[in-house]
Amino acid sequence: MRVLDDVDVSVAAGEIYGLIGRSGAGKSTLLRTINGLETPTSGSVVLDGVDVHALPPKDLRTLRHGIGMVFQQFNLWNSRTVFGNVATPLKIAGWKDDAIAPRVAELLDFVGLGGKAFAHPRQLSGGQKQRVGIARAIAGRPSVLLADEATSALDPQTTTEIVDLLRSVNRELGITIVVVTHEMDVIASLADRVSILSDGKVVESGDIHQILASPRHPVTAGLVGAYTGTSLTDGEKSSLRAQFPGRRISVVVDAATSGGPVLSRLARLHGVDFAIIQGGVSRVKDKPYGQLSLELHGDDAAIERFVAELSQTATVTTW
Amino acid sequence: MVTVAASAIAFLDPQTDIPRIARALGETLFMVSVSFLLASVIGLVLGIFLYATRPGQILHSRVVHVVLNIVVNTLRPIPFVILLVALTPVTRALIGTSIGPAAAVLPLTIAASVGIARVAESNLVAVDPGVIEAAKAAGASPLHILFGFVVREALGPLILSLTFISVAIIDATAVAGAVGGGGLGNLALTYGYQRFDWTIMIVIVVVLIGLVQLVQFVGNRIARRFIGR
Repeated sequence: MRVLDDVDVSVAAGEIYGLIGRSGAGKSTLLRTINGLETPTSGSVVLDGVDVHALPPKDLRTLRHGIGMVFQQFNLWNSRTVFGNVATPLKIAGWKDDAIAPRVAELLDFVGLGGKAFAHPRQLSGGQKQRVGIARAIAGRPSVLLADEATSALDPQTTTEIVDLLRSVNRELGITIVVVTHEMDVIASLADRVSILSDGKVVESGDIHQILASPRHPVTAGLVGAYTGTSLTDGEKSSLRAQFPGRRISVVVDAATSGGPVLSRLARLHGVDFAIIQGGVSRVKDKPYGQLSLELHGDDAAIERFVAELSQTATVTTW
Repeated sequence: MVTVAASAIAFLDPQTDIPRIARALGETLFMVSVSFLLASVIGLVLGIFLYATRPGQILHSRVVHVVLNIVVNTLRPIPFVILLVALTPVTRALIGTSIGPAAAVLPLTIAASVGIARVAESNLVAVDPGVIEAAKAAGASPLHILFGFVVREALGPLILSLTFISVAIIDATAVAGAVGGGGLGNLALTYGYQRFDWTIMIVIVVVLIGLVQLVQFVGNRIARRFIGR
């Protein structure tokens, strides 16, 4: 069975790269090829010029000292304390004991668990466990952090906290992060660039704002629409058609359209009225993003001129 | 139970019964502790090999795994009393005699070893794969993963399993007693059961119950330290 096929993704140093797709799309498998937990049957993964899968086992283990990983189920070592969990990767990487203790203290402060060094993992909440997971993953100052559904077992509030923590790992420590998730809101608030996977293939890649504003592939559109709550299903379209028999358009709202009174100015200019029949606008990383569906009223020629001019600044679809 | 024992002790002859029970207790403790220690070492080594030779594990070897499985599966279903008798020539050759507590140690050790091997294997298999995954991702070597993570994470359940097996050994020493192994089981059968000396039998049963309680209590205590609350 082919889990991944024809995948070409490149992540720049220092960025946060998102891999998103539904369950079984192959995104976790792709992530796990980066540190050699999975081996592709063909193809290569190149990290800082090194072909990961060409390395002998011993060198692969050394390479892993420079790649952190956090997991959905945290995967903490219950037989060790919080301190032990964070210290162990450093021991594996050959750190001296007298360098480990201050490093662990510094890391626990960074993730906000300063007082929990001698707690046992079973005594911690999910959010605290993931903080330990992150401290453990970045202990050896890796250049890359792999986050495999790191927030998927957490409630929305805790997810936000962990997303913020991952962002500071990237911004303050300069660690490149590859985030795998099925949650578009995590990608939207965290990633700089994103690839969308479906059935083992990358169907679309690009800047997060560009992907949100103009998803080209249906899978992307589905994910984006579900996230913003603005996408229209075929069923919704047909019931809206029956209710609003006039000319219907959907307008993607982004910085260009909401930066000024674009809609009302163009409507007045062309003598067109509109009713908002569906949609919404939210903010993604401090930029507006959303979609509005309108029913247009006025004479046909005016509507055509209105749509034509609006199309120059916004993505407009007629349905 | 304690009052039953206390009133029963009043009927014991301090000149003959008490030294006899004390000697039998000593024999039982000898058989249990020596066979438990030997079986723990042999059983844990076997159990770790059974685990590590499974498909996908670090010493993955179909041949070794199948052979070990056959050995364990052959020895485990044999009723202990039959194993005891069947091993008589081997015991005589190795230990020089086939009766007495020292002779009972060999069959006890063999039976307990395969039992420990199997429970140890299942304790190791039950370790969360995520634990191994995280250790791999941190760059740990296969041997380090096996002993530093898998065995270590399984220690709590392993100690409970060893406690279970040690209680089973106490039980089995009574069977060994039936064929001249000595110990409390032997005494309870010959003096208590066959000579209708109910007092001595009750005292021995109470001593055995106390012994099992003590072993279980100690096992639980040690296990709790490793189960990380």
